[in-house]
Amino acid sequence: MQALTTEQIRALIAKGKLRDAIFKGLGIFCLAVALLVIILLVSDMVEKGSERFTLDFFMNFASRHANQAGILSAWVGSLLVMTVTALAAVPLGVAAGVYLEEYAKRNWMTEIIEINITNLAAVPSIVYGLLALGIFVYQFGFGQSILSAGLTLALLILPIIIVSTREAIRAIPAMIREGSMAVGATRWQTCRYHIIPYAMPGILTGVIIGLARAIGETAPIITIGALTFIAFLPPAPFMGEPAAGLFDWVMAPFTVMPIQIFNWTSRPDPAFEVNAAAAGFVLMAMVLSMNGIAIYLRYKMRKNIKW
Amino acid sequence: MSANNASDLHTVSDRLAKNAMRNVSERLIEGLLFSAAAVSVLTTIGIMYVLISESIHFFANVSIVDFLTDTQWTPLFDDAHFGIMVLVSGTLVSSAVALLVAVPMGTIIAIYLSEFANGKVREVAKPILELLGGIPTIVFGYFALLMVTPLLQKLFPELPGFSLLSAGLVMGIMIVPYIASLSEDAMRSVPMSLREGAYALGSTKLYTAIHVVVPAAFSGIAAAYILAISRAVGETMILAVAAGMQPNLTWNPMEPAATITSYIVQVALGDLPHGSIGYQTIFAAGLTLILITLVFNILGQWLRAKFRENY
Repeated sequence: MQALTTEQIRALIAKGKLRDAIFKGLGIFCLAVALLVIILLVSDMVEKGSERFTLDFFMNFASRHANQAGILSAWVGSLLVMTVTALAAVPLGVAAGVYLEEYAKRNWMTEIIEINITNLAAVPSIVYGLLALGIFVYQFGFGQSILSAGLTLALLILPIIIVSTREAIRAIPAMIREGSMAVGATRWQTCRYHIIPYAMPGILTGVIIGLARAIGETAPIITIGALTFIAFLPPAPFMGEPAAGLFDWVMAPFTVMPIQIFNWTSRPDPAFEVNAAAAGFVLMAMVLSMNGIAIYLRYKMRKNIKW
Repeated sequence: MSANNASDLHTVSDRLAKNAMRNVSERLIEGLLFSAAAVSVLTTIGIMYVLISESIHFFANVSIVDFLTDTQWTPLFDDAHFGIMVLVSGTLVSSAVALLVAVPMGTIIAIYLSEFANGKVREVAKPILELLGGIPTIVFGYFALLMVTPLLQKLFPELPGFSLLSAGLVMGIMIVPYIASLSEDAMRSVPMSLREGAYALGSTKLYTAIHVVVPAAFSGIAAAYILAISRAVGETMILAVAAGMQPNLTWNPMEPAATITSYIVQVALGDLPHGSIGYQTIFAAGLTLILITLVFNILGQWLRAKFRENY
């Protein structure tokens, strides 16, 4: 190799530094594009939808007249579906996570379960809708109800909760378990009184992220056949005529926020765009604030851990 | 412990009895926890069972050759044609557009965050990206139809109101966070000593990133790409809202077309009787979708195994 003069070396270094700087600029540019999309999205929705942010919008049912239509059945439906989802997914997910971390022996069965959970994360959400249509709606006869929708979304977010539970448990040092076992606690007592409480913040983060994902999911709920136009609420427990039982609402037809938005965006009348923007903003505010809480929790957790 | 008098004996046996009970309840709890973990396997079995059993009915009426070679998809018309290629073309074109946006952008952001940005920028940027990844897809669909399409129409006046292009572009933006975040994790787990070696030989940051860090983290980056492909192929609402729902055999992103997922949505929105051929088509379409994602996942696993680096 030919020896370079000092000037040539300097030129080489300058060229390298220039390339570094250019790439750095490119990286910042790409990040800015991502940020810009969020800002554009939010500002457009606020600008278009601001006229609809009134109490009436939250308290009115869907209507053929764009300026009278509201999101009452949609947000109540979302809330009820989320309740079913959380009640099903949290115990199942936490139990599965505890089993895989604290109980499972390394054998083929555990291996299959683990590979399965990874693969389920890559299954398109609409396929969960087909599963629910075949199993919950027709096989089990739950119909196009809040129960079917809640269980579908629970299956969809189960991998998220399992993975975050496992990560939270893995961060607990072995001495906690040893201490508990040493005073004669059984494995379950150790989990019940030590592992699960200490893993709680991590589990909670996973649960919130999972529910935020579920609340924005549209495709699987459309697939099970949720209605797009509903002008009544599910029966409240012990109310109505004849008096509804405690759980009658789970079998009621429903709509949810994303379906309401979909319905409004797919109408040709541009007056409904305003409604779609307003409802979109409400949905996004719900999802982003949930995600924000999860991010904050994780940030705080990382700071507070002192074993 | 002395067990001479009767009362002592009593307490000991009591404790043993309680111990036995404890073991029984421990077993019971372990069984319960195991069944919770088994739900994930049951889900997979359920998915395969539903898709295959309904598709079998479908393929009893429609030959597989027609399904794969017909160039029309008109399952609900009197003159029914079942050419899945029509839906597959829409799916592949929109995914290709999305990946053309997401792969370069996501990779550049990942390299920037892992190799160039300081800790503070990273601490702020990652949550922002996560927020972008958390936006509901229906909101992205709204964005594609009512903001991106009009913008693109200013550039290309002949662009129709529904197009694979605007849906694909927005889908790309949606996928960026997955690629960026996963690739960044993979690159950050490359040991410092490899970078220091490269710097010691006089490499610049960019050269180190491209020639040392990226190849070393390639198996993780490939996994991120595969996840992105699955997301793009399976994405539903953006396409249902912004790409239109007419089945259209096309490889041109400037046209409207239906994808596998948006077709399923379209059918689900109508009320099809349980057991009719139209009802069964969505399961055949779903099976095709799962098979496409499966192919990419196997490819991904092979890539990961081939390029796995041990430090």
